[in-house]
Amino acid sequence: MSDRVLGLVAVFAGLAYAFAATRIPTSFLSDPVGSKTFPMMLGGIAALCGALIALKPDRPGPSWPGFRTWLALGLAVAVLTGYAYSLKPLGFLIPTAVAASILSYQIRPRATHALATGIGLSLGLYAVFRFLLGLSLAAVPKGWIA
Amino acid sequence: METFSLLADGFAVALNPFTLMLAVAGCIIGTMVGALPGLGPSNGVAILIPLAFSFGLDATEALILMTSVYYGAMYGGRISSILLNIPGDEPALMTTLDGYPMAKAGRASDALVLSGVASFVGAFLATIGLMLLAPMLAQVAFLFGPAEYFALYLLAFSTLGGIASNNQRKAALAACIGLAIAMIGLDNSSGMPRLTGGNMHLMDGVDFLVAIVGLFAVSEVFIFIESHGKSSAIGVKIDKITIPVKDIVRTSGTMLRSTVIGFIAGILPGAGASLGSFLAYMAEKSTVRDNSRFGKGDPRGVAAPEAGNNAAAGGALVPMLTLGVPGSGTTAVLLALLMTLNITPGPLLFTERPEVVWGLIAALLIANIVLLILNVPMVRIFVKVLSVPPGVLLPGVTMVSFVGIYSLSGSSFDLLLMIAFGVLGYLLRKLDVPTVPIILGILLGNHMEDSLRRAMVLSGGDWQYLYSSKIAIGLWIAAIVGFIAPLFLKRFITKPSRVEPDEASDG
Repeated sequence: MSDRVLGLVAVFAGLAYAFAATRIPTSFLSDPVGSKTFPMMLGGIAALCGALIALKPDRPGPSWPGFRTWLALGLAVAVLTGYAYSLKPLGFLIPTAVAASILSYQIRPRATHALATGIGLSLGLYAVFRFLLGLSLAAVPKGWIA
Repeated sequence: METFSLLADGFAVALNPFTLMLAVAGCIIGTMVGALPGLGPSNGVAILIPLAFSFGLDATEALILMTSVYYGAMYGGRISSILLNIPGDEPALMTTLDGYPMAKAGRASDALVLSGVASFVGAFLATIGLMLLAPMLAQVAFLFGPAEYFALYLLAFSTLGGIASNNQRKAALAACIGLAIAMIGLDNSSGMPRLTGGNMHLMDGVDFLVAIVGLFAVSEVFIFIESHGKSSAIGVKIDKITIPVKDIVRTSGTMLRSTVIGFIAGILPGAGASLGSFLAYMAEKSTVRDNSRFGKGDPRGVAAPEAGNNAAAGGALVPMLTLGVPGSGTTAVLLALLMTLNITPGPLLFTERPEVVWGLIAALLIANIVLLILNVPMVRIFVKVLSVPPGVLLPGVTMVSFVGIYSLSGSSFDLLLMIAFGVLGYLLRKLDVPTVPIILGILLGNHMEDSLRRAMVLSGGDWQYLYSSKIAIGLWIAAIVGFIAPLFLKRFITKPSRVEPDEASDG
């Protein structure tokens, strides 16, 4: 079942990609192949592979995690996204400690252990990046230090 | 001998105290990276590349550091294979077959020492092979025009999809995904934006480091959240390191045979170290007179895959340096490193930047000796690394990846893209779609299209030009055979599965 879905997604994505490729703007500087042909070929081949996958799926299919794990994975993605956005305004130390604690808790649900891991990683990695590798990394939000 | 004077120059580069320190540091980091389950060589090298940049290393130094990490990871992969029955990286899978039973029988230290020596023999001889063969191949590579390069890229994808994966359809799809991603951004020849969806951030294209770190490192975190890191627990303890002289002498023939097999497997574009260790093990098992102990802790079963996989790691550098076509996932990452350093691998590298090539080769020879010392008398230090719990390791790896990518561009967009690649990588890994062809596609996509377009300019749009020379025809045939042959061979060769880990408690 999973492979059939994967195959169909690949067919549609491949065709959509090939279609998008037909609308690539061309310029006066052109060669016999042009800037559309290769992407169109790729889309076509991807769609063909998708069709073959859908027609002949692997058995047994993958074992997908349960609902709770999906929830946990969604949370992990949300944490990482938040981390990506907060690194610039909030500096390295606080977002890293928070994100690392949550991820650690998700892998091994022991609160104190996870918190210690988060804080330890935050301080330890900052020391490595800042003093060993010499990265210019803001530690805390702007304005905290005069 | 020209080779020797060039090598002497190389040693002059590599023996400078700072470079030497980098090689040693690379070996130590690499062995740890290889030993830690869930942090394979491609992964480790990928997350370290951005950091190597911010460290301000020049091209030769960065290359020496990262290839030392690469070789180190190849050595280190065996440690968790033998002690935990979990391959630290994919090529080390075959080492679990006899290494873990040997460790369970109370011979863990013998297995570690033996495999360390086998790794050394494989890697050292392969580096010498690289030294002799690469300049010759670089001469041949001068004959390659755009049509030949196009066929060569195709060969890399088809052998990668044919030999190294279980399902050709999925591998081909993965290659298309990678190539399709490479098309995003400004078109080199017309200067027009392609497939960016109007997003300014995508004008420069997708940075391959972002994709690599996302697909390899971030997806690993999701896998570990799903499994709660259950599979990693300390299995076997070791107390004293002794040198099993008898086993080493008895397996010397095995090591040499496996080195040759592994080196050849490594040279094939797209095949790589996993194939090297697999072929070396299978060949050894089928040629020795009494193979009844294989799978139950035969020392030859430990020596063969380790010599094979390390020889393949050296062999894989041959096509990477001379043709710019990587032979494995990790060499693909090393190619990414070269491209970011503005070094174009290929025949010109040997004539125009000999200090890079020969400095690298000299550094590899030194790295091997350092690794032998680290992995035989000092192996216990690295065994300790295995006790780092995944609850600390994985968040740490994630944070290093984020800072690394962030330090490259300073943009949140690249970080978001990396998370997206992580999600994609997780889904594809669950669906058994290989991710290495995606990386290879992203790396080679523009070169592949470029060679196609230049070939068509040369021929005035005649597509038959693509298979008009002898070299091109040979490459096309190899590509087709490489893709199709495994379909028929699969019935005869099946990969042996791992020894069941549930008996770990009684070891």
